[in-house]
Amino acid sequence: MDEKIEMRNLDPERRSHTFEEVALGYNEEEALKEANRCLQCQNPRCVKGCPVNIEIPRFIKAIREHNLEEAYQIILESSSLPAICGRVCPQEKQCEKMCIKGFKGDAIAIGSLERYVADYAFDHELNAAQQKPKTGKRVAIVGSGPSGLTCAGELLKEGVDVTIYESLHKAGGVLTYGIPEFRLPKKIVESEVNHLKKMGANILLNAVIGKTITLEELENTYDAVYLATGAGLPKFLGIPNENANGVFSANEVLTRINLMGSYEEDAKTPIKKGKKALVVGGGNVAMDAARSLKRIGYDVSIVYRRTMEELPARKMEIEHAKEEGIIFDLLKNPKEVIIDDNYNVKGLKVALMELTDVDESGRRGVKEIPGQTEDIDCDTIVVALGTMPNPIATENSDIVTDEKGLITAPESVTNNPHVYAGGDAVTGAATVILAMEAGKKAASHILSDLGLS
Amino acid sequence: MYKILKNEPIGEKIFLLEVEAPLVVKNCLPGQFVIVMAKEDSERIPLTIYDYDRETSILSMIYQVVGASTLELSKTENELFSVAGPLGKPSEVVTDIEKYRGKRIVMIGGGVGIAPVYPQAKYFTAHGLEVDIIYGAKNKELLIILDKLKSVCQNLTVVTDDGSSGKQGLVTDALKEKHDYDLCIVMGSTVMMKFVCALTKELNIKTIASMNPIMVDGTGMCGACRLLVNNEVKFACVDGPEFDGHLVDFDAAMKRMNLYKDEEGRRYLKALEGDTHSGHCGNCGDE
Repeated sequence: MDEKIEMRNLDPERRSHTFEEVALGYNEEEALKEANRCLQCQNPRCVKGCPVNIEIPRFIKAIREHNLEEAYQIILESSSLPAICGRVCPQEKQCEKMCIKGFKGDAIAIGSLERYVADYAFDHELNAAQQKPKTGKRVAIVGSGPSGLTCAGELLKEGVDVTIYESLHKAGGVLTYGIPEFRLPKKIVESEVNHLKKMGANILLNAVIGKTITLEELENTYDAVYLATGAGLPKFLGIPNENANGVFSANEVLTRINLMGSYEEDAKTPIKKGKKALVVGGGNVAMDAARSLKRIGYDVSIVYRRTMEELPARKMEIEHAKEEGIIFDLLKNPKEVIIDDNYNVKGLKVALMELTDVDESGRRGVKEIPGQTEDIDCDTIVVALGTMPNPIATENSDIVTDEKGLITAPESVTNNPHVYAGGDAVTGAATVILAMEAGKKAASHILSDLGLS
Repeated sequence: MYKILKNEPIGEKIFLLEVEAPLVVKNCLPGQFVIVMAKEDSERIPLTIYDYDRETSILSMIYQVVGASTLELSKTENELFSVAGPLGKPSEVVTDIEKYRGKRIVMIGGGVGIAPVYPQAKYFTAHGLEVDIIYGAKNKELLIILDKLKSVCQNLTVVTDDGSSGKQGLVTDALKEKHDYDLCIVMGSTVMMKFVCALTKELNIKTIASMNPIMVDGTGMCGACRLLVNNEVKFACVDGPEFDGHLVDFDAAMKRMNLYKDEEGRRYLKALEGDTHSGHCGNCGDE
């Protein structure tokens, strides 16, 4: 039988109280076995499925030949953050979906192999990507999330000087404050950031562009500016009592836990440790928040207004959440936060919903069943209904944004020809790999506009 | 890292912190705040700016030790791990100063809330506006920066709860005595601002309140600092910190301040008692 080698996972019972990484990665034997399954297609479909077009068969061939240094360099030609992509990319919707082997059986576990190579590179301190001689051009990148880091990596390879401005005290953006340790260990993010520093990236922390330094000041100092400010503003419910104590944005919960380490024994930043949490929403962020709260001791339910079929989160995250004991409370829509006399949350009133026909988005619609509500007991409510771009960098500038606050940047460039933008700040909240793709695209536009390609 | 030039007590549990922070100082304006971290694993503490000097790049802040994090800050020497800012919007009087020319302005500071009164009063005076200051504190030991305040206002009225300095009474008592103002700017504890705003509403004096709720990032990312202003959700960190005091829901704001009281109290006791902390007294909730 030609079954794919699954990555080993930490035991679900154990992981529901630890922040250790869930997926354990391949050992050498497993990686070789999986690499040997690859058909080495002449016209590889997988490469087309990859937003940054990594030459997948080539790096897999190098693994087979025990040449991991070569495999790493092949990946670096196209991707600046392989250890991260290997972990958080939705490969099942991209490269692995296109894999010819997937049509009759299991696709090659490309993501797992990528992760194997990247982790090997960090463990063995392999060389950074090859760099061209310095060009004398300087680019400022606003935001050190996946889009900013990728753009930085691409520009550094071409000999451009890069300074990354980060508003928080740690680099990584959503990779640091958002995605939890058990899915993406922070030491991996640090390794990727250090890799860029080795290539010469200058990273300025605590620099809130629009406040500490204005966008105009950057424009005047650099040959180009890339805005990769992400989508960091949380949405709230817009229902009564949502300012009560115990209602949090998923961003706040995740920031306290991931960035500030409040899950640790002696943490100096507190997090509320209650008994029962409801996480409202069904995306990856909702799963991250739910699984994080579970690990600090909460009983957790996901409250989602449609059914399991429509949950937008990655399948793997939903499976992991279920294994860890997260309850899915479906077809329920929040109507009102129920509070006690001290303004503390004691429950959530929800409307019961039913599915309707498929709407224009291809999803089944949903509507409230008239007069049917339920009060769910809880002491904590976490809102994970998506995020919007943060306007701080652009609000006092000439950069045009649309009515949703998204920066308008067709072909990576804004209305100001020296200012480029990409990632969630342009598209709205999406995935790490799409942000990376945007960073890569912007880098290629910048290089060509600066006459470097 | 940010070089600490001064971190010393200037009153009971009140500290003056001066750091070199060229980037913050370059663009900051009165009304804005910063977020500091003593060490890499410290809590992010929002502090309003007390003073700044564009020549020397020195940023000054005043804080009171109220919990484990400010206690840690007070013991930090040589370098601060991080200073992020300036954050929040400058005071609307600063950005729109011509509108306030010729207006009678009173600034009210309670406790360490007097610290951010100073840079605004200094700015207004330097730009030809006339300001009175009312300063309320519990007692004489807690009064700070009196000479500095005198140098930037027409009249400084000090009131203390126990009458140990100035008149005995509350800031609202002082305001009742003299209230021929067009604008009141109030900074201090939430409860004090609530009562001042209730009074100025009665007296029909436009009032700006500088809110100081719990924050984490200070850039609009987490929503911990959200307030109800005119029944709308606002984030103090990016929409404020200053709001129309007659529209702020102070009761809700005060209740939100209590969210981490238990955890903070426990950490503070542990930090104060150090290794002698046994957890057996039952006061801190530890087992």
